[in-house]
Amino acid sequence: MPKVLGLRCRECGAEYELQATHVCEMCFGPLDAVYDQAALKKVVSRARIEAGPKSMWRYRDLLPVEDSVNVVTLGEGFTPLVKADRLGAELGLRNLYLKNDSMNPTNSFKDRVVSVAISWARAHGFETIACASTGNLANAVAAYAARAGLECFVFIPVDLEPAKVASISVFDPNVVAVRGNYDEVNRLCSQLLESTPWAFCNINIRPFYAEGSKTLTFETAEQLGWKLPDEIIIPIASGCQFVRHRQAVRELLEYGLVRGDKVPAFTGAQALGCAPVYNAFHSDTPDRVLPVKPNTIARSIAIGNPSDGVYVNRIARETGGVVEAVTEEEIVDGIRLLARTEGIFTETAGGVTIGVLAKLARAGRWNGDETVVAYVTGHGLKTADVLASANGHTSRRVEIEPTMKSFREKVSI
Amino acid sequence: MTVAVQAHDLASAIDALDARYPGFRDRLLDEKGELRQFVNVYLNDEDVRLGSGLSEKVGEKDEISIVPAVAGGR
Repeated sequence: MPKVLGLRCRECGAEYELQATHVCEMCFGPLDAVYDQAALKKVVSRARIEAGPKSMWRYRDLLPVEDSVNVVTLGEGFTPLVKADRLGAELGLRNLYLKNDSMNPTNSFKDRVVSVAISWARAHGFETIACASTGNLANAVAAYAARAGLECFVFIPVDLEPAKVASISVFDPNVVAVRGNYDEVNRLCSQLLESTPWAFCNINIRPFYAEGSKTLTFETAEQLGWKLPDEIIIPIASGCQFVRHRQAVRELLEYGLVRGDKVPAFTGAQALGCAPVYNAFHSDTPDRVLPVKPNTIARSIAIGNPSDGVYVNRIARETGGVVEAVTEEEIVDGIRLLARTEGIFTETAGGVTIGVLAKLARAGRWNGDETVVAYVTGHGLKTADVLASANGHTSRRVEIEPTMKSFREKVSI
Repeated sequence: MTVAVQAHDLASAIDALDARYPGFRDRLLDEKGELRQFVNVYLNDEDVRLGSGLSEKVGEKDEISIVPAVAGGR
């Protein structure tokens, strides 16, 4: 028996057969995968998960890929949950944890969603995988398409940095460089759906793609000893993964993997240079997220028109979380703070998350005993250029002659 | 799919679409007559929420795109 029964509109509840589509025909609301929960309840257990592979596929029962399907995997997920004692000491948090998702195969959390998306697409007869992206998503899609032996079309803005283009191109996808910004590239792809038989990871197969996000929260609970933290800090771009993390907590409780009924506070992090969700959260109309034109170094989360923004605000409010935002300077400070205290180098999106964590901690949000988890979603080498331009390597640097004398003169030991 | 309609602003363009495809308006607009959260409307490639919304004036050569919101990505 298949475990995924179909699709349901999150807004109006209209139901659809299982297919590659993401939009409700009635109200344009987003569609979500519907599982056979009664059947899953009989199967899902801690023991079954713990006996699974050391990857996110140990949660296969809770992902929209049927058991008969060979998954496309590079060993994504089950990334380290690090207890951050030194960063915690700086911020007055005795139980601070970092979920280090930069340890994924292509160094960002996108490997989780893409592994699910491409497994689903291949199982449903798609021969070509596509996406619009400015880096992380394209990187993952190109790698997993290569792994699966599928055709791949990657749509990127024409001005994407050479280092990012190289790390995508090495997997030999068809690269379409579009003379426009990310939102324009994305819109073009939405318009192309009609005329191509392709699986666009974040568009027509989004209901399946998005489900991969849940595993981050499943793992966090398992790695905490099947306990939920008091608060989770999550970076917000479209808000898609934020919503899936809330769903993951629902499932952890529903299937008895975690006992009790305490739901963590869900807190969102944005860059002030692209903060449509934050703006709405702190306005009189949090249910009205108005688009902005992004202008931030945190490009991997700079979505000016976040489709799930309304849900982010609802979830943050309902769970006692907040949506906070940081300046460009605070983003770079966040990157440095994390590197200096914990030895983890994160990209600008991680700088946003750590920046918000630090800002909230310093403002007295926590008494210090709460278990707080921050999701670090991408590796620092992806955006190393922001450190160079921000005077990145001068503060503790000296230049010396290759002599003992010069060393003694210039370096204090 | 592309269609041509007669209209002087976005709201009347949607009315014209609704006349041709009855029920179309209700799928685009909520009870208050505002654009639904998950619909993006572009006038010549500019998101109309960044401008004056449905009261935005349109002329003979203008192109209006109606596109569902895209989640995730980057």
